[in-house]
Amino acid sequence: MKVAIIGAGPAGIEAASLLAQQGVNVTLFEQEASPLKNLTDKAFLFPDFAEAEQLVLALTQKLRNPMIQVETSTPIVDLQEDSRQWILTTQQGKRHIFDRVLVATGYTPFDAHRKEELGYGIYKGIHTSLEMEQMLKTKHIVNTVGDIPRRITFLQCVGSRDEKTGNHYCSKICCVTAVKQAIEAKKLLPQTEVSVFYMDLRMWGQGFEEMYRHAQEEYHIQFVRGRISEASSTFDGRVQIKAEDTLMGLPLKMTTDLLILMVGMEASQGTRTLAKACGQCGDYGFFKTVDPQLGDNLTSLPHLYAAGTCKRPMSINDTLNDARSAAWRLMED
Amino acid sequence: MKKFGFTISTPRNLDLDATQMDRANELLERVPSLNVCIGCGACTATCSAGMFTSFNIRRVQTLFRRGQLEELDKQLHSCMLCGKCMLVCPRGINTRQMVIEMRRLLNE
Repeated sequence: MKVAIIGAGPAGIEAASLLAQQGVNVTLFEQEASPLKNLTDKAFLFPDFAEAEQLVLALTQKLRNPMIQVETSTPIVDLQEDSRQWILTTQQGKRHIFDRVLVATGYTPFDAHRKEELGYGIYKGIHTSLEMEQMLKTKHIVNTVGDIPRRITFLQCVGSRDEKTGNHYCSKICCVTAVKQAIEAKKLLPQTEVSVFYMDLRMWGQGFEEMYRHAQEEYHIQFVRGRISEASSTFDGRVQIKAEDTLMGLPLKMTTDLLILMVGMEASQGTRTLAKACGQCGDYGFFKTVDPQLGDNLTSLPHLYAAGTCKRPMSINDTLNDARSAAWRLMED
Repeated sequence: MKKFGFTISTPRNLDLDATQMDRANELLERVPSLNVCIGCGACTATCSAGMFTSFNIRRVQTLFRRGQLEELDKQLHSCMLCGKCMLVCPRGINTRQMVIEMRRLLNE
């Protein structure tokens, strides 16, 4: 049995590793020059503040298996079924034939430029959560003039739960990521005031609610219930934000040195292209599976499977579990 | 006779059993998009009228939907129907139509 996995992120690698352990030959296709691109952008993982680098190392280690062949810089642009076999076409025009295919093409972060009213790319001092992750990684967090920021403000639901961007869904990971980043920022800069503006805080995972409580108790992070609807620049290079403090019932304005936009997850270009190519388009460009209970790794076509964030926003932990379950389904059929 | 007991002060709680909800329900009939409001306050944050008056569009809407209609008519006249709230609403609610219908219902 020849198996192809498309996408060498956490899902693709974990599934490949499990299949290889069971004696299955796997070819792993990756469009980038090296695997795990999205994961290498992270500094620490929730809820245990584990270093993302350690997970990158552990997953890279799993690729060192003679049963796994990794093809980097090889985007797959077409996926067609022909007499119970799958034909994969690379961007370079090469065709490969496989018995089974697992799609693990992942997500792409929401482009914050699309929320123009929040000033990203227009004013200084406004960054995405990914840029914040890099600042935390390098321990270099400064305001627009290079000083220690007096205030850091996080805004939830940028590009998620938003009719205006066409994304009605919740990206699931941003709530807890903001709490995580707020704590890390406060650890590095104890004198800085840190606030989080939210519509609802969804602490759905194990240990998340405790992290939220910890952020309030130990780090005195302020949580304000209101959506920031505008951000602009002040004459001295700070950021002015407008929200409603909905619990007080009053409009609120405030200046901050840094505004961090918690960007959500969208289907990656690879996910969109392949879902279209084989007719498995789900909502919002994500990959569609048969049902959310027993068929969550299956598609409507034989021997075509899906795992991870190509299906919907998912945490890394859930992605890894989902990849294992996909690998088992693939072997069962 | 000295009065004492529960009759001295009127209860301050919102008594939904004793509230007339027909106009609140009618508002949702006329402005169906209002059903999906999550009370995030983006509308109030950006509101031009709310900057200078006590008008709070999110709060007015909440009170209306709970059947608490006193004084709302006066507050609603602060709205200039500029529509900025529609631009920022993450739920795509037709807030301008909502204001117009609230004014109509209060005067019917």
